[in-house]
Amino acid sequence: MSVIPTPVARQPWMMLFPLFILIGFGGLVLYSAAGGSLDPYAGSHLLRFGVFLVMAIVLSLFPPDIVKLAAYPVYVLVLILLVVVEAIGFVGGGSQRWLNLGFMQLQPSELMKPALVLVLARFYGDLPVGMIGTWRALVPAGILIGLPIMLVLAQPDLGTSLAIAFGGGVVMFLAGLPLRWFLMAGAAAAVIAPLAFFFGLQPYQQRRVFTFLDPENDPLGDGYHITQSKIAIGSGGFSGKGFNEGTQSHLHYLPEPHTDFIFATMAEEWGFIGGVVVIGCFALILYWALSVARNSNDRFAKLLAAGMGATIFFYVAINLMMVMGLAPVVGIPLPFMSHGGSSMLTNMICIGTLMMVYRWNRQQGRKGMLG
Amino acid sequence: MKLGSRKGQPTTASMLDNAFKRRSFLVAGAMGGIGTLLAARMGYIAIAENERYELESESNRVNLSLIPPRRGWILDRNGAPLASNRADFRVDVIPDQLVDASGTLSALGRILRLDEAAMADVTKRVEDAAGFQPVEIASGLDYEDFAAVSVRLPDLPGVVPQRGFSRHYPTGPAVGHLIGYVGPANAEEYEEEGNPLLITPGFKIGKDALERQFEQDLRGVPGARRVEVTASGRIVQELETREDIQGDPIRLTIDGPLQDYAARRIGLESGSCVVMDCENGDILCMSSMPSFDPNSFSQGIGRVEYAMLRDDDRVPLRNKVLKGLYPPGSTVKPMHCMAFLKAGIDPNRTITCGGGVRIGNRFFNCWGNHGQVDMAKGIYQSCDSYFYRMALEVGFDKVADFAKSIGMGKQFDLPVISQFYGTVPSPSWLEEKYDREWQAYDTANASIGQGYYLANPLQLAVMTARLATGRHLNPRLTRSNKSTGADQIDFPEDHVAYVRQAMSDVVNGPGTAGRGRLPFDDILMAGKTGTAQVVSLSKSDGKSGPWKYRDHGLFVFFAPFDKPKYAGAVVIEHGGGSGAAYPIARDVMTFMFDPQKGMDALRALEEQWGGTAQERLTRKYIAYATAAGEAVPPAPSRDEEIFDLVEAEARVAARQSEEIANTPITPRDEANPSSNTPPPDSVAAPGTPAAPQPAASDAPTPAPATAGTPRPQ
Repeated sequence: MSVIPTPVARQPWMMLFPLFILIGFGGLVLYSAAGGSLDPYAGSHLLRFGVFLVMAIVLSLFPPDIVKLAAYPVYVLVLILLVVVEAIGFVGGGSQRWLNLGFMQLQPSELMKPALVLVLARFYGDLPVGMIGTWRALVPAGILIGLPIMLVLAQPDLGTSLAIAFGGGVVMFLAGLPLRWFLMAGAAAAVIAPLAFFFGLQPYQQRRVFTFLDPENDPLGDGYHITQSKIAIGSGGFSGKGFNEGTQSHLHYLPEPHTDFIFATMAEEWGFIGGVVVIGCFALILYWALSVARNSNDRFAKLLAAGMGATIFFYVAINLMMVMGLAPVVGIPLPFMSHGGSSMLTNMICIGTLMMVYRWNRQQGRKGMLG
Repeated sequence: MKLGSRKGQPTTASMLDNAFKRRSFLVAGAMGGIGTLLAARMGYIAIAENERYELESESNRVNLSLIPPRRGWILDRNGAPLASNRADFRVDVIPDQLVDASGTLSALGRILRLDEAAMADVTKRVEDAAGFQPVEIASGLDYEDFAAVSVRLPDLPGVVPQRGFSRHYPTGPAVGHLIGYVGPANAEEYEEEGNPLLITPGFKIGKDALERQFEQDLRGVPGARRVEVTASGRIVQELETREDIQGDPIRLTIDGPLQDYAARRIGLESGSCVVMDCENGDILCMSSMPSFDPNSFSQGIGRVEYAMLRDDDRVPLRNKVLKGLYPPGSTVKPMHCMAFLKAGIDPNRTITCGGGVRIGNRFFNCWGNHGQVDMAKGIYQSCDSYFYRMALEVGFDKVADFAKSIGMGKQFDLPVISQFYGTVPSPSWLEEKYDREWQAYDTANASIGQGYYLANPLQLAVMTARLATGRHLNPRLTRSNKSTGADQIDFPEDHVAYVRQAMSDVVNGPGTAGRGRLPFDDILMAGKTGTAQVVSLSKSDGKSGPWKYRDHGLFVFFAPFDKPKYAGAVVIEHGGGSGAAYPIARDVMTFMFDPQKGMDALRALEEQWGGTAQERLTRKYIAYATAAGEAVPPAPSRDEEIFDLVEAEARVAARQSEEIANTPITPRDEANPSSNTPPPDSVAAPGTPAAPQPAASDAPTPAPATAGTPRPQ
């Protein structure tokens, strides 16, 4: 027997270690972004993580039955919340995306990401195997995805609606829907995207896309963010300028150095090495998430775990592509590092759900290969 | 992967399970691919392109700003500053960096309490400026105002408060034309030179006269300051500072106190005074009044001030020493006598003046009836008949050649932007210019300095210096140049002595300028009066009526008469005759030999006029600004336009007397007692050599007036 007590040993350390590294690293970067101070970012970042970790552990203790039972009510509840913020925003005469909970501002659209994955996993988990190739596999799921996307788009919040669509899409893909449907959807998207771009997007969103295509064209306007972010990452070099030595962030050339552009803040001070550590940690966490999905025997649990992993992945990929100038500026933070309650909540719900499936896997008697 | 796509074949749970395995593998692969792509992208940015981005990060962080060099001083012959620098606080804006131009300007206007005319000027300058050109909002601020702007900087992007140095001319208007002024470089000047210093806030270049002529010497080398700045431009820390190197001083031959004295002594008149050193040709003073205050031009010429200067028919913007051309009148007579002597005329030969002389079938008037006139009497009584006769005998082409050799119609090798050279009429010149044959009356007119004859005061001064010394003195303005000509003897000793004596008699003997005697027993001034007609007798008698039609009053002089030390010329535009000019020369010479006595005389006069030139200019400005109100049109945005216009008008003005050049002139009175003395002279104690004695406690030297025309700040 190991010296490590069993409750500790059976935790998914393959995920937790990289997670703690990311959180700690994020804390350091936030400490530096605040000019060498725990206030106002690093302290609350660590505190929130503590709170949400407890939440994730509690979440991981739910049994499959209750989770399945709760899937539809949770989805409906979040959908109602979305309608409520929309209504408040309408009454308030502006676009409001959050509800003030006192200790944090809750964005229901954030909660919708795991909620949608949950409800789709439940839907495909229940769907009779034979119906997978029929319209009955597609239309209800389409409605489940379409409703929240419409509400979030109306806010308007393109980034979050894409994230919701991505999470839902990955669950549908893994659920085994016919491949040609995805090909057809891709083709349709290729046609609709330009139309949507010119008629559906707000002018500021269109500008961001143009800017992304040619940031140097407008170095002081919209291109400023991307250019400054690339300067921050590029000037960090291999090993960075050193902790607390980043000039791009400290002298405020970098916009949002503690939220959307925290990776650039980090890369300036820690260089390529820091970037590889961060990307490596995310790779480990996501690899673990997919392993949890594959190791499950239950179709619902498989889809749930994979969907949660995909949701985290989407955050990471879009954020990193944005700060490196590979994607337009969309307000998507980097999970576990960016300062911000809502994104931490969403991502920790994903982590908690993954830990829950991981626990179910152990309980289903199979040999836990991981952990 | 073909799951569910094949119809008729039932889907099973294990098929779905396999599909999940395959597809999740695909998803994992895609994720891994994107992860690898991101890592590669980061490596590319951070390692391959590191150098480029490091540079950009540094250029973000570090702001290199130039420190405008302190301008070299302009010194008088004794090393006293005529132009120096004064530490002050200033505020500029850079139009390109203004976010809300009108809002920022009105905020600055409130903080700095600018009045409406000043606001209108500032707004127009910001509109006219190329975006990268800093525009001065105000300078010479006190610390409170400077601090008030500085603390509001975060709300005022594009505003640059600075402490630096600004040009200061202690004697203001007295040196305006001589030294010129400084101002911000315009867009063309910047493009021509391509030097970023030219668009550094607070940097000024010479815009006129000596300031412009010696720009490269005076400029110096800018300092530099490397500072770490935030994105919003706030300075975090100073990294490195290199001090500026001040420009080289320029040492002039000008005598500062004399320059100031002469300018003040001209008083209410429009005129100029030149004094030269007879030993080496140094120009000791070249004052032109009325003038402008170069101190208030450095910010750009304000609309009120410009309108005031434009409206003044005494043309304060024209440098009358170099660009005022006047018929020299009788002041050329001693020089013509020298020409006659050279041509072999016996000075003792007499002619008969009967109120004029008959030449051929025409009678030419003299201003008086002088009876028997020899050369000396021709000079001291300024008898026109003598000159008609002698010039006809010698031939005016010879006289003209002589006049040219003595400096008339010549430009001198001086560091000035431009000088008019005037005209010495001669038969060949007339033929070429007007295609007309030279007539006897042309000789008559020219022989008494009328007709087409035109000279500027500097030429008159050089002529007098050469006559008085017999040497070919060349005027010199900067001490760094070698003085030349003092060793070149032009005229024989006895000729010089003769002319000197005759010119002394003009003042000290039975001549036309009896009141010009110096208040010293042992120093005698010699001179020659001149009255230049500008319109025909039918238009004006030259002494009253419209100012524009009055005669110019001229006087050339040197002192002491037997051993000349100083020589010079005074020209008073439309002064109504030489009586307006020679009292000024007398007081200027008095000042040279006894500053106390000279100042006493001036103080008494200034009390009458209402203060020093500077005080009067200040008062005039305020009165004008009040009267004009807000209706003042803006000044031209480029200083060059202003001075081009002034020069063009000077050329037109110089031709005023040409109208009457085609008829024989009827000379005006030269004699002192009958000349209608204009107001400024009435206080100069007539006949008595001693000037009035004011309180003895008064400072003996001309106190340089301070500060410029106050502009509302």
